[in-house]
Amino acid sequence: MLPWLVLLAPLVAAGVILLVTRGSRALSAWISVGAVAVSFVASVALFLGPDLRSSVDWLRFDVLEGISLAVPFGVTVDSLSKTMLLVVTGVGLLVHVYSLGYMHGDRGEARYFACLSLFMFSMLGIVLADNFVMMFIFWELVGASSYLLIGHWFERPSAAEASKKAFLMNRIGDFGFMFGILLIWGMFGTVVFADLPGGIERLIGGVDAMRLTDPVQAATLSKRLTSFLTLAVLGIFCGAVGKSAQMPLHTWLPDAMEGPTPVSALIHAATMVAAGVYMLVRVSFLLPFAPSAMTVIAWVGIITAFVAALMAVQQDDIKRVLAYSTLSQLGYMVSAVGLAASGAAMFHLFTHAFFKALLFLAAGSIIHGMHHEQDIWQMGGLKNKQVITFFTFLVGALALAGLPYLTSGFYSKDAILYAAAGKSIPIFVLGLITAFLTAFYMTRLFLAVFFGKPRSEKAKTAHESPLVMWLPLVILAVPSVIFGFPFITSAFQLDAGHHEAGAIPVPMLAALAFLLGVGNGLWIYARREHDPIRISLLARKFYFDEIYAGLVRVTQDLAARIAGFLDRYLIDGLLVRGASALTFGAGFVLRFFQVGSAQSYAMVFALGAVLLLWVALR
Amino acid sequence: MSAITLNDYLLVSGILFAVGLFGVLVRRNIIVIYMCLEIMLNAANLALVAFSRFHVAPDGMPDYHGQALVFFIITVAAAEVAVGLAIIVALYRTRQTTQIDEINKLQY
Repeated sequence: MLPWLVLLAPLVAAGVILLVTRGSRALSAWISVGAVAVSFVASVALFLGPDLRSSVDWLRFDVLEGISLAVPFGVTVDSLSKTMLLVVTGVGLLVHVYSLGYMHGDRGEARYFACLSLFMFSMLGIVLADNFVMMFIFWELVGASSYLLIGHWFERPSAAEASKKAFLMNRIGDFGFMFGILLIWGMFGTVVFADLPGGIERLIGGVDAMRLTDPVQAATLSKRLTSFLTLAVLGIFCGAVGKSAQMPLHTWLPDAMEGPTPVSALIHAATMVAAGVYMLVRVSFLLPFAPSAMTVIAWVGIITAFVAALMAVQQDDIKRVLAYSTLSQLGYMVSAVGLAASGAAMFHLFTHAFFKALLFLAAGSIIHGMHHEQDIWQMGGLKNKQVITFFTFLVGALALAGLPYLTSGFYSKDAILYAAAGKSIPIFVLGLITAFLTAFYMTRLFLAVFFGKPRSEKAKTAHESPLVMWLPLVILAVPSVIFGFPFITSAFQLDAGHHEAGAIPVPMLAALAFLLGVGNGLWIYARREHDPIRISLLARKFYFDEIYAGLVRVTQDLAARIAGFLDRYLIDGLLVRGASALTFGAGFVLRFFQVGSAQSYAMVFALGAVLLLWVALR
Repeated sequence: MSAITLNDYLLVSGILFAVGLFGVLVRRNIIVIYMCLEIMLNAANLALVAFSRFHVAPDGMPDYHGQALVFFIITVAAAEVAVGLAIIVALYRTRQTTQIDEINKLQY
């Protein structure tokens, strides 16, 4: 029963808020917080309990005679989903509490909490789902609730645009995901995760058995099996590209920062964007059968990590810097999956969820204290005004940058770098450069926000946030530090085991990257009133948005031209005007026969009768 | 002088029909045209009666089917005359004329 309690408590809360308590903001908020607290407690109980699976028959689609798609509604609780449950409900609980302060007095507070609960339900659905179709349904629900939350302040055009963009970008990825699911179902006849390894073994066993009798046929079949599996994996990966905002579908995530900051922390840093990585880890048993797909995944991930880090270097909006760093870290995780180190990916997901949620919530606290100013060059000197935020942000930033041996981020990033060093040197080098850039831009952000003189009126009057806001920061600071330590990773059954890296001293190089990044950051940005470097290519995010806008414009233009041509000349010209011209012409010709004289008609009639008679008697 | 044969009757019937048709086609007054129509009708009747008389069954009796049909035609024609004349009266009341070349409103 516990998994169902975890899953359904937020749904009930969302329903109650929407249907009953919508009028009362405070009550709605507390219902939502209570529901996620119930989920959290149940998750802890699940975590301490045994693995279990439970499912009920749910949907059955009869596709053709004898071929049907059976979709059970099932939950699966294993070490992977247990860890993820704790991350989602734990961070979710803190974000809910934080939202009590952050969203206090907002007109749409009840709606906000209802959407947040709906999101928790959908996200927990993804985590618990035991088959592809169910995961896909919750996947879409997550997209929908993310849409609702990004567009929470829908009266702002930028927020409305951002929510639309996020939804559409996700849809592009989801199309590939659906394609992949259908391929999987077509090959194995099942969409249940637990049945898939057996399905693969059966197919491969069949090919092996054929090898004895008909080697040529077996070779073609084996090749075909590999290519279909590669296609399926790439399709599923498309879903992860959309949801985890990998290149080239990454542009929605920075724009999603238009949503309220707690939403950015929960959805666009800790949980939803990690869903893509989680899903890849969940199906990682498929990957060894599609080696070329793995290469693609690894490269897409590391390129996203590198390019996003470059873009983060030149952003001025505090939330956007964090958004690009999220992209970058997600790139690490995806890359790790592609490097056959899904344990390392999950480890980094785990630590990243906490320190990135911490960073976002701290950023929210800063924004709150700064009266909704987000430009880091308008801040400065906040270390004396927001002491708690300052220290917690410091912890988060150090974890993200990877302070050697003391923070969780260092350990998890190390695990990924180890995997890269063992597999592919170019990916390893890109990963190191990304680590350097991460340390660099976090130093830049940190110095600009907290040090120097206040650079605006708002910064002079900044104040510390209320208790419900700084308490989650303090709580999150603890896991940000300790969750990389070996005793934690063994407790959570995370795979922090270091892969074979050959002769490369990975921790030394990672520490060097950290020191270089921080050192360069200090050297360039200490005591600066404004940004001394301007690289417009990076500040404009490699012109991705402009290119996409142009692409949309060109295709739309072309489509509009074609549609216009069809409408103007084919529909209007040929069909509408053609029909009228035909009728008009026929009338014009035929009217000459209508002389109105009854006797001439009678004459023609008589002649006709004679003619018929003649024909009949001839 | 020989006996009157079926052909003689049919000839008279044809002449009557032709006279009627000619009248329908060339006369201007609707009432006259109407009378010509009746002539055509009766030409047909004549032909029917003649066929009936000359189509003799093996026992020497004529075939009365044709004559029965003629009675029906006469009855229907009486009704038809009533309707037709009513139309002509109505037409005259609206148009104040029975000249067919003046009744050409159906022209384009």
